[in-house]
Amino acid sequence: MNRRTLMKATALAAVLGMGAGAAFAQDTEKKVIGVSIPSATHGFMGGLNWHAQDSIERLSAAYPNLEFVLSTAGDSAKQVADIEDMMATRNIDGLVVLPFESEPLTAPVAAVKEAGKFVTVVDRGLSQEGIEDLYVAGDNTAFGRVAGEYFRDNLEAGSKVVVLRGIPTTLDNERVEAFQAALEGSEIEILDMQHGNWNRDDAFTVMQDFLSKYPEIDAVWAADDDMAVGVMEAIAAANRSEEMWVIGGAGMKEIVKRIMDGDPQLPVNVTYPPALISSAIEMTALRFVSNAPMTGRFIIGSQLITPENAEQFYYPDSPF
Amino acid sequence: MKLDLHTLGPLVALVALIILGALLNPAFLAPANITNVLARSAFIGMIAVGMTFVITAGGLDLSVGSMAAFLAGIAIIAMNFALPSVGENWGTILLGMIVCILGGIAAGYLNGALITKARIEPFIVTLGTMGIFRSLITWMADGGTLSLDYGLRTLARPVYYGGIGWITWPIIAFALTAIAGEWIMRHSRFGRHVEAIGSNDRVARYSAIDVNRVKLMTYVLLGLLVGLATVLYVPRLGSASGSTGTLWELEAIAAVIIGGTALKGGTGRVWGTVVGVLILSLIDNILNLADLVSPYLNGAIQGVIIVLAVVLQREKRTADER
Repeated sequence: MNRRTLMKATALAAVLGMGAGAAFAQDTEKKVIGVSIPSATHGFMGGLNWHAQDSIERLSAAYPNLEFVLSTAGDSAKQVADIEDMMATRNIDGLVVLPFESEPLTAPVAAVKEAGKFVTVVDRGLSQEGIEDLYVAGDNTAFGRVAGEYFRDNLEAGSKVVVLRGIPTTLDNERVEAFQAALEGSEIEILDMQHGNWNRDDAFTVMQDFLSKYPEIDAVWAADDDMAVGVMEAIAAANRSEEMWVIGGAGMKEIVKRIMDGDPQLPVNVTYPPALISSAIEMTALRFVSNAPMTGRFIIGSQLITPENAEQFYYPDSPF
Repeated sequence: MKLDLHTLGPLVALVALIILGALLNPAFLAPANITNVLARSAFIGMIAVGMTFVITAGGLDLSVGSMAAFLAGIAIIAMNFALPSVGENWGTILLGMIVCILGGIAAGYLNGALITKARIEPFIVTLGTMGIFRSLITWMADGGTLSLDYGLRTLARPVYYGGIGWITWPIIAFALTAIAGEWIMRHSRFGRHVEAIGSNDRVARYSAIDVNRVKLMTYVLLGLLVGLATVLYVPRLGSASGSTGTLWELEAIAAVIIGGTALKGGTGRVWGTVVGVLILSLIDNILNLADLVSPYLNGAIQGVIIVLAVVLQREKRTADER
């Protein structure tokens, strides 16, 4: 039903477009959109891959004149090769790319742009400004700030916290700096920060060592839900669950479920939705099927998930 | 006497690390910390004992980390699948353990058969299976994380966290594996054959040793130990994902080499491997407990210690040969 109405809408748009002359020809032409993302190496990227496939399926059904090419890459070199292949063999009209790393991808994506294609860059910016037509990203500064503000407002003066950091990247630095800035002047002490690499096992090990090292910890900023799982397991094994709460991040479904159920150890969570890839793909698709302007920057804010609003953030079908 | 001092090199390094740790932070010698370090060494430790046999026989296995992730994945799927029919009891968990161990044996046999029967270089075969197992687990988990049913998880928890007093099951399993491994390497016919093949493949063949069979068995033994390690790993976090067990193969190989086993084969030292594993875990633990350097440099410190340990041994060995 939904599909039919959407198809009608496309047809209608096409008829309306007749008046504009050239626009009509464009709408019925087959358009190919390439989507290049990193492969599913950890929970967040797994969720992102799932949402990418989900959007592509939905959009292909809704707009028969759109065709999608999806490729996933384990490293920058493979991603560059993927994009070159898309240009050479699939003759893409638009590209949605989440760069594995900024530097190595800048020149290849610039080449796509120079060939006159529509370029959407997602989440990790290129190292040169002004290449992309559309930039869609989460807000890393807000991600750290929202978490930091929750710590500031809910801990007493003199409280002690530990922080688990992700894989050393600019993205991780932005989050941690914003978190520290939010705590400034609050008398809350950050005892230690170590890298848990957004990995459950690493976070488990780091947290065990934090627990051995510090007799008093009041709260943990795990900064990622995969790390939060490892952290909570280490705390449970040391029988110190009553003593501290844990804030993860990104909104993993199991964690959101526990917030919904009012788990005292997990009071809130901060979003950094992997579905941001869907926003990017949908907006790029609209560029080819509608007259809506789709250029500029689209920043998705980081929100606080509380037991009251958790239901809106719960996607039981997603793997993340 | 001189030779003894040389082989004791890794042990001296271990003792030095323990003293350093105790000086830097009194919490280091607390029973809870010792339990943590030994228990988390158990996975790599058991795998490294198996790896000692493979390397001593002149082989190599790069697939063990991915294999562990894959086995954890199929065990979790099997247990979740059996849950409705078998119920939430130890039967289901036992089934998961059997799947892990049989899966490990089968995976090891696959590696070994490709190497000995199809005569492909071990490096290439296991590089291939490493990619295969890693992709399979990512695919099975749909890019996310496979989680064991919550009730089963709670029931299985004591497998990792329980034990006799502060000596938890992983520590016991690691100790038994190490003792059995040392005995097999030194005193069993299989162990002697492994060293003979690693020293000189051709002479071993002339001595009527079934070289291919023994080589195959080293990979099967390693697969079995990866399976056992996974049995202990699954109850810890009750989950497996594409990032489970990444770089375990390199840690296991590093531990074997630090322990004094020659990478070109011929000399195997199981107790040395155990010391190597403990050295690697202690470096991590000490770096977390003491704020010595920026966390960005943790990897560099590890790298320096690994290279240093091996360099010292090499120098001593060449001194011996003179």
